[in-house]
Amino acid sequence: MLLCGLFVSAFASAAERFPPPDFVETEYEIPSVDYVRQAGPRPEWMGYLDVAVLAITLCLASYFVLKLRSRKAVFWLMIFSLLYFGFWRKGCVCSIGSVQNVSLAIFQSSFSVPFIVLIFFLLPLVFTLFFGRAFCAGVCPLGAIQDFVMLRPIKIPYWLAAVLGLFPVLYLGAGVLCAATGSGFIICRYDPFITFFRMSGSIQVIIFSLSLLLICVFVGRAYCRFICPYSVLLRWFSRLSWKRITITPDDCIKCRLCEDACPFGAIEKPTVEWPKENYLKSKNVLAGLVILLPVLVVLGGFICSRLSISWSRFNADVRLAERIYMEDSGQVPDVSNPSRAFRATGLSTQALYNDAEKIRTQFRLGTWLVGGLLGFCIGTKLIGLSIHLKHEDYKPDRGKCISCGRCYKYCPREHLRLKKLHEN
Amino acid sequence: MKENKKISRRDMLRMAGRGAAGVSLLAVGGLAFWKKQKPEYVWQIDPYKCVSCGNCASYCVLEESAVKCVHAFEMCGYCDLCTGFFEPEPRKLDTGAENQLCPAGAIERKFVEEPYFEYNINESLCIGCAKCVKGCTAFGNGSLFLQIRHDRCLNCNECFIAMACPARAIRRVSSNKPYILKGAS
Repeated sequence: MLLCGLFVSAFASAAERFPPPDFVETEYEIPSVDYVRQAGPRPEWMGYLDVAVLAITLCLASYFVLKLRSRKAVFWLMIFSLLYFGFWRKGCVCSIGSVQNVSLAIFQSSFSVPFIVLIFFLLPLVFTLFFGRAFCAGVCPLGAIQDFVMLRPIKIPYWLAAVLGLFPVLYLGAGVLCAATGSGFIICRYDPFITFFRMSGSIQVIIFSLSLLLICVFVGRAYCRFICPYSVLLRWFSRLSWKRITITPDDCIKCRLCEDACPFGAIEKPTVEWPKENYLKSKNVLAGLVILLPVLVVLGGFICSRLSISWSRFNADVRLAERIYMEDSGQVPDVSNPSRAFRATGLSTQALYNDAEKIRTQFRLGTWLVGGLLGFCIGTKLIGLSIHLKHEDYKPDRGKCISCGRCYKYCPREHLRLKKLHEN
Repeated sequence: MKENKKISRRDMLRMAGRGAAGVSLLAVGGLAFWKKQKPEYVWQIDPYKCVSCGNCASYCVLEESAVKCVHAFEMCGYCDLCTGFFEPEPRKLDTGAENQLCPAGAIERKFVEEPYFEYNINESLCIGCAKCVKGCTAFGNGSLFLQIRHDRCLNCNECFIAMACPARAIRRVSSNKPYILKGAS
């Protein structure tokens, strides 16, 4: 009888093909599905522990860099952060990804950002505003893993570093845009080092991570300098910082010993005296560049907005709508799994098209803004190059310097300081 | 002006910039915090949309997927020949072990009374492959279904099984109601 029922019901559409039985012979009671609810999420105090560790490591990093002036201390702090935030917490929660949570919460009405994630976003920026990028040197696990493999750093030409340094702006823009439209968290999706922290991942991601790590052997902190989207914000804030790392503990004697100390090319040489006759010429160049700035902004926006269609494919709705359109108009012969699943729901295709169109409009606006920002960054970089700011000492570039403290030991004044300290 | 020479123009600009940066941080933080009153979100599978494709078992970032099979006993028919427990197309239609569906042996079959059997999921063995879910939904009552277990889920920003899900059945739900259960009142 049961068998019979089975075959009949195979074609029936109703969910309850076999009515739940009445147990008569035994005292059997049907258990409730509510048993699932007993397993709650992980305890919240663990999140607060992360916040506490973040605050303490940031304080320590700033102290080690500015007051103690000890590369060794920064190094050990970096190892700790790599172990705690990297291998113990498996790379989540991290400040780099938190940018997306914050933009999702601001732009999408139904979402909020968890308190812990908000702190992870704000705290490093606040510390950078006061003490420079000590976060990068001692706290960020992604920076630590790159620092660890940096064995043969080579010097990158200034122009190449400047051009590659524009990519983080584009990446930040794309990350914020995708999060703000609710399309996905691409910064997390393409996180290269989380495969090591989790010790798992697909083969493509593992190959990508390994090759990036291999690059980091020769190019110091390649991810931090040329990819990391959070570094854009850190660089901006670090330029304005209240205190900052100095190569020499007191006076620069211009001995040039620290000139090649920085593996990240962040040490600025003293400026040479400008020839007087160049003055008028460079004034004209500067005026030209200032006029060029809005042109670059508009041009950047225009070029980037050409990418809006391809960028909008980060959104699953847009992808599905495009696929369904192609299937309906006979451009593709087969039916994909997602579109089969969509058709099974019986939802209207037109509503899907409307949703996709709405998201595309958002991407069109967003890519204009991202491109504009990129153009602005190029313009201000050019202006910065044409302005002659006088300084007489060797000093770290405010934006680029990650406060690792490698340059201390190159300074003879520092050796003198340590000697005095030792004698006392 | 001469008396105030202590602060250079560059420092002055920098101070202004610092102030502006501080204010913008406060604004962003405040805006985000103001929205904090809304509940937080966690990932969950909508069992009514799930097509039991099996991606949950392999795409989760955890070694052992956070997705497990759940049994809504209230909906179960307690069948002898359960299509969630046995191969839907067996060579010989009997209750032999070679006909069992679950690759991990995670479904425990227990006799209740003639002709009814209770099916229990041993969650430590379940890998979330949805083979039983497919069988149960296709031929049975659909009382077996998948759920993301929040004691295991890392709540990643970008859920990898949500990205791989062909039916887009995985979405963020409010953490006040973290489960979408079939057969629950």
